Amino acid sequence: MSDTHAHSVSYVRDTMLPQSEPPAAQTGAIKWMRESLFSSVPYTILTLLALYVVYSLLAGFLPWLLGGVWTTANIRECREVLEGASGGCFSVLTERWNQLLFGIAYPQDGYWRPTLAFALLFVAAAPVLFSHLPRGLLVVTGLYPFIAFWLIWGGTIAVPVMALIGVVGGYLVYSRLVANSFAAGFFGGILAALLIWFIGGYITAPLEGVLALEAVASRNMGGFMLNMILGVVCVSLSLPLGIALALGRQSSLPIIKLICVVFIEFIRGVPLITLLFVANVVLAYFLPPGTNFDLILRVIIMITMFAAAYIAEVIRGGLAALPRGQYEAADSLGLDYAQAMRLIILPQALKISIPGIVNVAVGLFKDTTLVSIISMFDLVGMIRGPILASTDWNGVYWELWGFAALLFFVVCYGISQYSQWLERKLQTGH
Amino acid sequence: MKKSVLFGALTVAGLAAGASAAATLDDVKARGKLNCGVTTGLVGFAAPDANGEWNGFDVAVCRAVAAAVLGDASAVEFIPTTGKTRFTALASGEIDMLARNTTWTFSRDVDLKFTFVGVNYYDGQGFMVPKALGVSSAKDLDGATVCIQTGTTTELNLADYFRKNNISYEPVPIETNAEAQQQYLAGACDVYTTDASGLAATRATFEAPGDHVLLPEIISKEPLGPLVRHGDDDWADVVRWTLNALIAAEELGISSANVAELASGTNNPEVNRILGTEGTLGEMLGLDAEWAKRAIMASGNYGEIFEKNIGEATPIGLARGLNAQWTDGGLIYSPPFR
Repeated sequence: MSDTHAHSVSYVRDTMLPQSEPPAAQTGAIKWMRESLFSSVPYTILTLLALYVVYSLLAGFLPWLLGGVWTTANIRECREVLEGASGGCFSVLTERWNQLLFGIAYPQDGYWRPTLAFALLFVAAAPVLFSHLPRGLLVVTGLYPFIAFWLIWGGTIAVPVMALIGVVGGYLVYSRLVANSFAAGFFGGILAALLIWFIGGYITAPLEGVLALEAVASRNMGGFMLNMILGVVCVSLSLPLGIALALGRQSSLPIIKLICVVFIEFIRGVPLITLLFVANVVLAYFLPPGTNFDLILRVIIMITMFAAAYIAEVIRGGLAALPRGQYEAADSLGLDYAQAMRLIILPQALKISIPGIVNVAVGLFKDTTLVSIISMFDLVGMIRGPILASTDWNGVYWELWGFAALLFFVVCYGISQYSQWLERKLQTGH
Repeated sequence: MKKSVLFGALTVAGLAAGASAAATLDDVKARGKLNCGVTTGLVGFAAPDANGEWNGFDVAVCRAVAAAVLGDASAVEFIPTTGKTRFTALASGEIDMLARNTTWTFSRDVDLKFTFVGVNYYDGQGFMVPKALGVSSAKDLDGATVCIQTGTTTELNLADYFRKNNISYEPVPIETNAEAQQQYLAGACDVYTTDASGLAATRATFEAPGDHVLLPEIISKEPLGPLVRHGDDDWADVVRWTLNALIAAEELGISSANVAELASGTNNPEVNRILGTEGTLGEMLGLDAEWAKRAIMASGNYGEIFEKNIGEATPIGLARGLNAQWTDGGLIYSPPFR
């Protein structure tokens, strides 16, 4: 064959060339840049402009961040050290680190307590958040509120133990009576718990010193710890309350429906800050003089009610999105109301509601900073009040607010990423 | 956690409800702590340091009262209050006294039912200008642009003042003090006006405070002082005369340095009466004889407190001005101790 054209052409290749790389312009980063960044004249201009903007932002920000001062005692020393050069005065973060996290009045040798409670929070939350973990861990979750209360507020361990016994006792009575009727079990359980707490009050009084940590008053809570306490407690309380309200709003019993509708509409129609003022200021006029109704508890109740009303509406959306057939299917299987809700309706409705619930949770967590307006020293209150008002640090804005933003971003971004993971896991549409 | 907190709160509520609303002085003594309302933070007047220890000009009044009544300047529970919560906290009995740069006005005294026991700082609206402007009096400010917080009495005071002096100005409305600092430093306005103590504190945060001057004119009256609830005159007397003791101590030359020495007796009968070596002033107040001595030892006399927290040696650098003793041409004046 190779001779066929020997008379007409001078050279015929008789072996394959080795495969070569595609041209540089058609591969890798260069191709991507050609296609995405410089595909036409307007795109090229835009790319160059964007590069310039990014450069100038970084050129301002990086020297400020990297050239920052971390060890001076006040803003004037910062300025002396920097001598006009660009740099942040991050010393305020190192000097006031504990105050930013724990507030001004938490006992200094007790910082390990909220820190430990925070670490345990992950252990307690893990089995709830990740269903593939061993179910036995749920015991930790159940005990966590009592442990965390003891760690953070201190005092004798007898009080949280008695509270726990009350809850367990109430649950036992409930499970005994609920076979007859739900109402009997529900109210019987609450009565039993109250009775145990009432009696427990007399038992715990003489046990003051038993395994006691130094007691810390609620008004001494502060810093990011306060935001975390309010956020975690209110989110975890408002979720069940919100579900109950959403179901109550769909109830066929007019009085329950009316109560739920009025509650939801009233709370949603009032700004949170108004509720906080009521908690802080107005309640003081209604309570008998000398009464000291724990301020954090008042605030927790108000924020929980606020978040529950919103979560109820989100879940109602989920319930409404379920096809009518699901309800009828549950009925046709002979399930009673509680079973139908627990096994068929709520799992689907809650799945639909996840983005909305997370939205409310993130919003709620950030709203906890509003307590700074009723003179509680949460992270924002701490910065606005004591730190910026000290002669040492008055004038350090960017460093402090940037730090606060960073802390909140980390938490909120974490919640958001978890919810996206959960949505992918529960995805059954494929 | 909710149930145990509720449980604890109910217990506390039950216990506390048993206590009757007795006289404040007895309550404070029984409690062993003074609940003193302060601001959540104002430069020089009240702010906690890195150890959570409260310091400042208003805080010193709280400490003096605690020292006089309880014998311990650290037996104070500082309750931070905001402008919105301060009066309810006092009216509801959450705090025994409020020392929170609060202006003494008619409606607060009469309508809100509080008793102002005196004035510990005479503030007023002032002006700050860059030194480079070369202005030495507010009357030279014709045609100037002025940074001013909207919706405040400062705005009205400013309009009145300029109209009265028949000069014109260009207002630059701003929302907060922090924004005002930025605008003023960026040159958006020639003048920044707010309370003089606030101006001084603001100037103290500048990179180059020396490049800015406060003009001598003060165009409004803002007498700041501690206050207590209406109706408990015994307690009001204790707070009033503790403040007066600090003021009189400066006038009579009693300071934290020499109070111990003077307390052993002097030739000046008024000093003796204050320090309890003569007469029975302490007994009349329901306190012991050495109440004023302890109050002065807590953080010094009025002048020492002023110099330590907001005076010219501090970064805030306020001159005594109106707050000098009456003998030095100021308004600080204590009725006689006799």
